[in-house]
Amino acid sequence: MNEFWVILTGSLVGITCGLTGVFLILRKTAMIADAISHTVLFGIVVAFMITQSLNGFWMLVGAAIAGILTTYLVQVLQTGGLQEDAAIGVVFTTLFALGILFITLFAGNVHLDVEHVLMGEITFVPWDTWNVFGLTMPKAVWMLLIVLLLNVLYLVFLYKEIKLSTFDPVFALSIGLPIVAMHYSYMTLVSLTTVAAFDSVGAVLVVAMLIGPAAAAYLMSKSVPGMIAWSMTIGVTAAITGYYLAKLWNTSIAGMMAAMIGVLFMLVFLLKPHDGWLWKVLKQIKLKNVNAS
Amino acid sequence: MILTGNLLWVLVGAILLGIAAGLNGTFAFLQKQSLVGDAAAHAALPGIALAYLIVQQKDLPILMLGAAITSTLAVYMIQWIVSQSKLKADGAIGLVLSVFFGFGIVLITLVNQGASGNQSGLNDFIFGKAAIMAKSDLIWLSGSALLIILMCLLFFKEWKLMIFDPVFAKGIGLPVERLRILLTALTVLTIVTGIQAVGVILMAAMLIIPAAAARFWSNHLGIILVTSAFFGALSGAFGTIISSLRVGLSTGPIIVLSASSLFLLSYCFAPTRGLLSKSRKKKVVKQHKVVQEATSHE
Repeated sequence: MNEFWVILTGSLVGITCGLTGVFLILRKTAMIADAISHTVLFGIVVAFMITQSLNGFWMLVGAAIAGILTTYLVQVLQTGGLQEDAAIGVVFTTLFALGILFITLFAGNVHLDVEHVLMGEITFVPWDTWNVFGLTMPKAVWMLLIVLLLNVLYLVFLYKEIKLSTFDPVFALSIGLPIVAMHYSYMTLVSLTTVAAFDSVGAVLVVAMLIGPAAAAYLMSKSVPGMIAWSMTIGVTAAITGYYLAKLWNTSIAGMMAAMIGVLFMLVFLLKPHDGWLWKVLKQIKLKNVNAS
Repeated sequence: MILTGNLLWVLVGAILLGIAAGLNGTFAFLQKQSLVGDAAAHAALPGIALAYLIVQQKDLPILMLGAAITSTLAVYMIQWIVSQSKLKADGAIGLVLSVFFGFGIVLITLVNQGASGNQSGLNDFIFGKAAIMAKSDLIWLSGSALLIILMCLLFFKEWKLMIFDPVFAKGIGLPVERLRILLTALTVLTIVTGIQAVGVILMAAMLIIPAAAARFWSNHLGIILVTSAFFGALSGAFGTIISSLRVGLSTGPIIVLSASSLFLLSYCFAPTRGLLSKSRKKKVVKQHKVVQEATSHE
């Protein structure tokens, strides 16, 4: 049964992050997501300092605020004349350093250690349960389900708007879509997804799950719905194969899932029919032979 | 505060590392590749673990060699993915960064379960441990940092040309490709030098923040480089001194926060490009406009 919960948690991370990640890749904001996954630590620590408890709800609030703060600060620095990559780098390293400092200063002996934040402890997921409406499921599964629901609702109601503001922001603005609000609301969603996922799987896997499957899906499909389907499939596949490989070699489950995402991406990148790297190389060789003869 | 022997060495090491990262980070910054440095720093982790798994002892030069190999691999992998597929740079960087780090954690977990148990101390590389570094490691760090500084001064003119006008550089016969490889190699060397002191994640900050702060002070590459190096040195010094005042303050985050404070100061108060002088300029322009409008209506 424990194994079931761990795999379910991993798969839910794959589905939720896979869904959110699609528009991250399309909007070219993947690195802001990376930044958010680091600064979430800062939000959680501050939430802990204020409430003095490790209550999941306040952690979620703190992390969401940290995510918005990150997005906002990057925007501010950019309008202040700094190029985007440097703005992202400055903001997230600073907030991350602050987060670590606060932990060592104020929360040293609590369960909130930095390594846990980075690597997660997916093996402990089944023991931390919530009982809602008589249904007892691990806390991580509940949180992921809630965030997945939020993600689905967001896309159901704002699908057209987010698509338009992604592919043609100028036109979107001209017909009166609030593209700045869209940007911030989407980044809030990313922060919420990050928090829900990283409590169980750690910050590293969250970044991998947000960016990797969607990046591979971007190579696989030319339409947004197709991308979403591929992204979720790849996320879940990486979660399940990663779990069994980690069990086989007795190593970090979250780390192995991240590594599997890399492997799956490379498979797509190298072998995808017609525009995979190997196909291109073979085509070139064939062309050379034809020319030679 | 008493400057004991080891603390003095840590101070020297931190300052030299700050200068090296400040110089090198500026070149990366100007090529808009700040986050590639971040990815390369994360990618050092699997290399360290792999080197440890192979030689089975904590031999610093060998661990550093492993780190250098995987960091370089990550940098070229990003370039390869961007040039061979439709994926954009940010996606490729994020992907490579997280996957390499994931591999690193897998390998470190394997190391920690091995015969030597938790004694390997490889986890130190994630967050750094500047304050308790051995003297021999610090000498190694200082030497390597000096080498980086020297190289940056030596190739200053060539890299300047390569960054701002690569076509012209090629035209006058500069080996642009080789210069680019040398710059990447030096960035990797900087990261490898620094990770033991400040850790893989915060090492990126040492490369990015001083350079970004220095950019606000001038438009001349020479002045930006000197300012960036100065900021790097200052944050190294502040970080070491402040963290030695209280037990439990780790050096890495304090160094980064010192750099961030310098950045904030530059962002607000730098002449011409700073926030304050910009808003003042806007006001002057506005007043000028008001006066013009008033006079033209007469």
